[in-house]
Amino acid sequence: MTLDGSRPRRVGEVVEANSASFTAQCYNLYDAPPLGCIVRTGSPEVYGVVCRIATEPLDSSRPVLARGENAETEEEVFRDNPQLTRLLTSRFEALIAGHREQDTDRQYLPGLPPPVHSFVYTCDPAEVARFTSQLDLLRLLLNSGPPMADEVLSACLRGAAATHTDPKAFMLRAGKALAVELAGDLPRLNSILKKVSP
Amino acid sequence: MTGGPNQNGDTSGPAPDSLMDSHGAALGLVVDGSLSQGVEVRLDPSASVEDVKVGAFVTIRGDNNNFFGVVTDVSLGTTDPRLKHTPPPVDNPFIAQVMSGAVAYGTISVLPNLIMPAVIGDDQQGPSAAKTIPPHFSRAYVASQRDVEAVFGKEDQRHFWIGSPLDMEHKLCIDLEEMVKRSIGVFGKSGTGKTFLTRLLLVGILQQGQASTLIFDMHSEYGWGAADPENHRFAKGLKQLFPAQVSTFTLDEDSSRRRQSPFDEVVRIGYGEIEPEDIEMLRETLNLSEVAASAAFNLQQKFGQRHWMSKFLALDGRDSIFEMANEIQVQPNALGALHNRLNRLKRFDFLVESANQDAANRVVEHLDQGRHVVLEFGKYGRDLTAYMLVSNLLTRRIHNQYVDRKEEVEGGQGRDPRPLVIVIEEAHKFLSQSVASHTIFGTIARELRKYNVTLMVIDQRPSGIDSEVMSQVGTRLTCLLDNERDIEAVLEGTPGSRQLRTVLARLEPKQQALIFGHALPMPVVIHTREYGSTNSYEQLSRSAAGWTPPAPGDAMETQKERLDREISELFPEDG
Repeated sequence: MTLDGSRPRRVGEVVEANSASFTAQCYNLYDAPPLGCIVRTGSPEVYGVVCRIATEPLDSSRPVLARGENAETEEEVFRDNPQLTRLLTSRFEALIAGHREQDTDRQYLPGLPPPVHSFVYTCDPAEVARFTSQLDLLRLLLNSGPPMADEVLSACLRGAAATHTDPKAFMLRAGKALAVELAGDLPRLNSILKKVSP
Repeated sequence: MTGGPNQNGDTSGPAPDSLMDSHGAALGLVVDGSLSQGVEVRLDPSASVEDVKVGAFVTIRGDNNNFFGVVTDVSLGTTDPRLKHTPPPVDNPFIAQVMSGAVAYGTISVLPNLIMPAVIGDDQQGPSAAKTIPPHFSRAYVASQRDVEAVFGKEDQRHFWIGSPLDMEHKLCIDLEEMVKRSIGVFGKSGTGKTFLTRLLLVGILQQGQASTLIFDMHSEYGWGAADPENHRFAKGLKQLFPAQVSTFTLDEDSSRRRQSPFDEVVRIGYGEIEPEDIEMLRETLNLSEVAASAAFNLQQKFGQRHWMSKFLALDGRDSIFEMANEIQVQPNALGALHNRLNRLKRFDFLVESANQDAANRVVEHLDQGRHVVLEFGKYGRDLTAYMLVSNLLTRRIHNQYVDRKEEVEGGQGRDPRPLVIVIEEAHKFLSQSVASHTIFGTIARELRKYNVTLMVIDQRPSGIDSEVMSQVGTRLTCLLDNERDIEAVLEGTPGSRQLRTVLARLEPKQQALIFGHALPMPVVIHTREYGSTNSYEQLSRSAAGWTPPAPGDAMETQKERLDREISELFPEDG
């Protein structure tokens, strides 16, 4: 998704996948879509919500060392160690929020996860609005388990609201749907609502 | 792109626009309930609890039937009981909006009274009493005019527009034909609009023309009208609205003249017409012991019906009374007390040694002509003894005539007497437990319409009315009551009385009434139709324009015809 309304673009490809989530590696360092962003991969399309972005060494056996003790600026560190950008990579994990089947959005898990090396694209606003016209993905996200699920969820809603013609009405509808899901857990509901409150 | 009800997701819940024409606004879903307690409807977020009021009509669409019910309670619910301990930060309007209707919601209790086929049209399949409830998740709607008409009928010759349901403009009608078949009760604290409600009912009966009415008009407010202090105007009476159909009788012609109320007859009652039963009924108002009251029977035995009263009152002095007591074997002091109390009756100018005309016969003659009779009491209306004496005496004699005629009809002679509705006020005095068994009113109330005579009782203390009599009151109209015992008495024996109690206790003190019983398929709270403005008079008399008085001799046999028939039966050679 591109919140600034720019065209969808290819941001990376799937390097690891399971039924509930997939991990993609970005082609460019620090080029991961933001938290809560809706991305698409595979054919037929599988939609995911970005939940964990990490920049780490390509080779996990070679930890990153601090190198800027004598440098004046951060840019100087990269200028003095041009190999660094080649040793680091940005990866992000996306929770699978649904898929497309026979031209219909299905907000439940696909039969198979996307294949590794599937390209991952951001979605344009129309696609996001279409996909979030249903809100069953809220339940998938709430029950996804990661400790930051609520953060991901609220970021996703904030982003999606902007793509709808009436963001307030969308948010209200989403809030009510959340209230139904979290009827027995008011503190959690309150904290999410505060995060998405316009 | 088939995602959800709305692409932009801008509505909450499906909007059943296609149903709006046949139903009112959507209220919510049935989520719980039972036949005895009524069903619980969870309100849609779009429906505010503040807009739903107790007593309002609701239709519920079941799978195969529509249910018609009334709101009996409104409550607030939450999905999480912790909500009331830690309320959400509702100062944030977004959070407040999300919470209301989703986590915190309103519910209403609806008592489904009637069941209707989902498609109305076949007259054979009118509403019937609900013997089941709608299934889970049936949708509930505010009842529309069409629903109200399907249930209560359209305004026509048989159905009289009495008012409108609460918060609705619709006309609500009662079935007059059913209503006059049984006794009617109009209850309510003083000043809650009993008189106006009664006037409306009487106008309805007048228009419908199926029955005659005899009104014992205690405060002279039905015949020629009376002041309406609330609205600073003068409310017209029946004689003014329907001069051709109403006859006014008066006990106090001076008062009638002063009020410029034209009267047709002056009522005079001879001592000979007073029977010991009348005295027995007056026991309480005259403060007589049982022994003293029953002494009247001994006197009647001694002197005969025509003369017992005048001869007894002619006795002068303690000795002659004691002598008489010995003669007829009653306790001397009791007879003394009786003499003393009956002497009080002498102050009533309408009581005369012997009356030229039999008042009861005159009343019956007017009734036979299809007219309605209002008996104005004038100054005697302030005297309960006079009111009870006259109304009991006249009613007993009129009732006797009806019984005779009805029995003749059963024997294959004559014609059915015209149904009669007798209107009495302060009914608990006539129908209290201690006297209901003796008085003619108790008899009429109990024997139902067997003899074509029914009662309309107007009272502010229904708890004083004998429960046996109360159970025979077919249609009850009650304005605000706040005494627990009165409420209980009015609702006794009514299905759903527990729910109705809530409704009754919350009536507004003016122009609102709870109606239930035979004239309606279900209990209903109404805002009484306007009576008193020029416009209302026009409407009331206009709808009566289609009324045609029953052709004399067509539907019933008049007194004269009866006499002629009896003569010709007795002396067949004369014919």
